[in-house]
Amino acid sequence: MEKLIEIAYIVASVLFIFGIKMLGSADTARRGNQISAVGMLIAVVATLLYKEVLEFTWIVGGLAIGTAVGAIWAKRVQMTGMPELVALFNGFGGLGSLLVGWAEFEFHKQTDLVTQSAIFFAILIGGVTFTGSLIAYLKLSGKMSGSPTLFAGQKAINALLFAALLVLGGLYIFQGTAWALYAVIGLSLVLGVLGVLPIGGGDMPVIIAFLNSFSGLAASAAGFVILNNVLIVAGCLVGASGIILTVIMCKAMNRTLGNVLFGGFGAATGKSGAAVEGEMKALSVEDAFYVLEAAENVVFVPGYGMAVAQAQHAVKELGQILEKNGAEVRYAIHPVAGRMPGHMNVLLAEADVPYEQLCEMDAVNPTMASVDVAIVIGANDVVNPAAAEDPTSPIYGMPIINVHEARTVFALKRGQGAGFSGLVNTLFFRENCRMIYGDAKETITALAAQFKD
Amino acid sequence: MELVLLLFIFVLAAFLGFELIQKVPSQLHTPLMSGSNAISGITIVGALIASGVAEGSLGKWLGFAALILATINVVGGYMVTDRMLGMFRKKGK
Repeated sequence: MEKLIEIAYIVASVLFIFGIKMLGSADTARRGNQISAVGMLIAVVATLLYKEVLEFTWIVGGLAIGTAVGAIWAKRVQMTGMPELVALFNGFGGLGSLLVGWAEFEFHKQTDLVTQSAIFFAILIGGVTFTGSLIAYLKLSGKMSGSPTLFAGQKAINALLFAALLVLGGLYIFQGTAWALYAVIGLSLVLGVLGVLPIGGGDMPVIIAFLNSFSGLAASAAGFVILNNVLIVAGCLVGASGIILTVIMCKAMNRTLGNVLFGGFGAATGKSGAAVEGEMKALSVEDAFYVLEAAENVVFVPGYGMAVAQAQHAVKELGQILEKNGAEVRYAIHPVAGRMPGHMNVLLAEADVPYEQLCEMDAVNPTMASVDVAIVIGANDVVNPAAAEDPTSPIYGMPIINVHEARTVFALKRGQGAGFSGLVNTLFFRENCRMIYGDAKETITALAAQFKD
Repeated sequence: MELVLLLFIFVLAAFLGFELIQKVPSQLHTPLMSGSNAISGITIVGALIASGVAEGSLGKWLGFAALILATINVVGGYMVTDRMLGMFRKKGK
């Protein structure tokens, strides 16, 4: 029977590998996800065959509760609420790995060096993943302010905390001290909270990808605890893919991971960018309509503001009207627009925007000079020309969508204030930029209505 | 010896993971993340073993809690990814 279980685990691992591979291409992604789900099912069923697994009432109960909760959340979530849901699920996985490590500790208080090291890592990584994801969830869902929470001595405290974790871990691993492990459980949870608090909403795509990687590594560590290869393989695959995604996100912001984790955006450098001359020029919806009616090439640049205003359906409708009017319509999507990797794509896909109209930054930028109107919807830093032109700006060097090269730019914005990062966007002061103030959804709907009249 | 073997597996899996994800279009970042997030719920296997043991102890309770959490992660993660990808797929014409 043991052999059969092992073989089932190998099959499951292969299915995970194929699943992840297929998730990387648009045509196969859905199948890939289903294949990896089948792998999971095989792994679960095989595990039930272990002769140590005796009490099925608990198992059935746990599976039933977990399935019900997971299914209800997955069904009910709005697409705009996706980032926080992913963060939450991620946190649960992390806590699961922590508990698996802890349970193993309770079964045999003293084991060998290897198992004790693995238990330590499962608890440390799992704990940080759990509370870190929870803070990310609170920030993303707006239950907590999205701006970085900074206080004096923060870095020193975090460093101290980390050092304490290493000492306590050593105490447990080499001496088998039980209280040290309980302290590790507590402190790793604290570290997750303090680690994510200073990270602002705009950096969330990075941190979500990073925590995703961590939850995989926690599962992998749990695999070393119970010497189970499917946990190790699957966990490590997720860990590696999460790291890659993290690196992609960092590159898209021209920052290092260290800078994101410890930088507390803008605070570290003290740079604020050069002062801006000129004024923002407002435009009415009627005047915007006349410009749009004559436009032959229109690019939408969505940002987090579109998600907040839930404007994706209205945007798609306006896009269709413009197309009927003879314009070429595209959507330019910056890799870190929104609050998680690929956030804007999900929203526009929900609104049924044709896949081929969604363009990556590098595809759109070279054609920007021939664009008649670029409509910026609630995006800010990702279209700030200061990133390209002003070496004193904190975001200098970050790749941006070059909307300032378009003939006309409409910036849809709720008010005159600075964006999330607190930076002044020099785009808004340009000759070719017109501000349309108000709720993005209402503005877009009003524009569409003008066409119908 | 077993440890070395498991470490070997771990390292190979890491390289495989890096190779698999090198070139993913940014359109697919969210489903890739939530799909791989569901896979990280594989810790459900450890939870099953811990909560399935006969004696009623603290360890068993912990395993039971881990089982619920991991199941939410797995079921919710796969379902929500499927829902997202369903929206991605139905266009193209």
